[in-house]
Amino acid sequence: MGYYAFYVFAFIAVISSLLVVGQKNPMHSVMLLIASFGALAGLYVLLDAPFTAVTQIIVYAGAIMVLFLFVVMLLNVPREEPVIVPASALLGPTGMRIGVLLSLLLAVEVVWAMTRIGIGWFSQGPGAASVSSVALIGSGLFTRHAFAFEATSILILVAMIGAVVLARREHH
Amino acid sequence: MVSLNHYLVLSGILFAIGTAGVFLRRNLITVLLSVEIMLNAVNLTFVAVGRYLNTVDGQIITFFVMTVAAAEAAVGLALVISLFRHRETLNPDAFTVLRW
Repeated sequence: MGYYAFYVFAFIAVISSLLVVGQKNPMHSVMLLIASFGALAGLYVLLDAPFTAVTQIIVYAGAIMVLFLFVVMLLNVPREEPVIVPASALLGPTGMRIGVLLSLLLAVEVVWAMTRIGIGWFSQGPGAASVSSVALIGSGLFTRHAFAFEATSILILVAMIGAVVLARREHH
Repeated sequence: MVSLNHYLVLSGILFAIGTAGVFLRRNLITVLLSVEIMLNAVNLTFVAVGRYLNTVDGQIITFFVMTVAAAEAAVGLALVISLFRHRETLNPDAFTVLRW
């Protein structure tokens, strides 16, 4: 059962991510990325991480993607403009080819490195259930990782002020 | 049975797709979306390895990565809006000069 669910979710995630990169219309890209995030949330459920799955849906698909959709609609640029005159040989179709080659190389490299570690089976039984405990995540977050948690709040504050300052309309 | 390696390979593929988007696309919004794909691939690795080692630390790191992703999206989109106001385009090749 979990076997088929993994492949279904993995298929959805990979196909929709490919389509995100392939779409010309940013609006469609955002919608497909939401589908990809939904599939990843399903994978988190399979990995006994319900808290992360719900956070993925609420924070990523709910908040961040709405922000992207808002900007896409605000700027109202439906299509990517075609490349008219490539500034150099690296930006033309040759550049596209180099980009595709580099990404394929990266994919092969990462997949090779990650299959080199040997087959890792997930442990079953009572020890495995502790991973899905939200209480353990909370206690870890507020004790061992308390400093990182507080630093994150500063980061959010800085990002908020930065976004307001950057997007402000300047009055000359 | 699904092993840890299945998740790691899937995460590697997703990361490469995100990299391809950053390389190939000529639209700042799609480039930011590709960065989100890469961040999600890394999140999947953290959660899978956390499950493998029977620890919740993977999920805690994922929580922080999500927070950083939210901050990055907010600042990045503010920059995109600001750039679009000045140039009326989203093509990153239009922003090669270090002045307005």
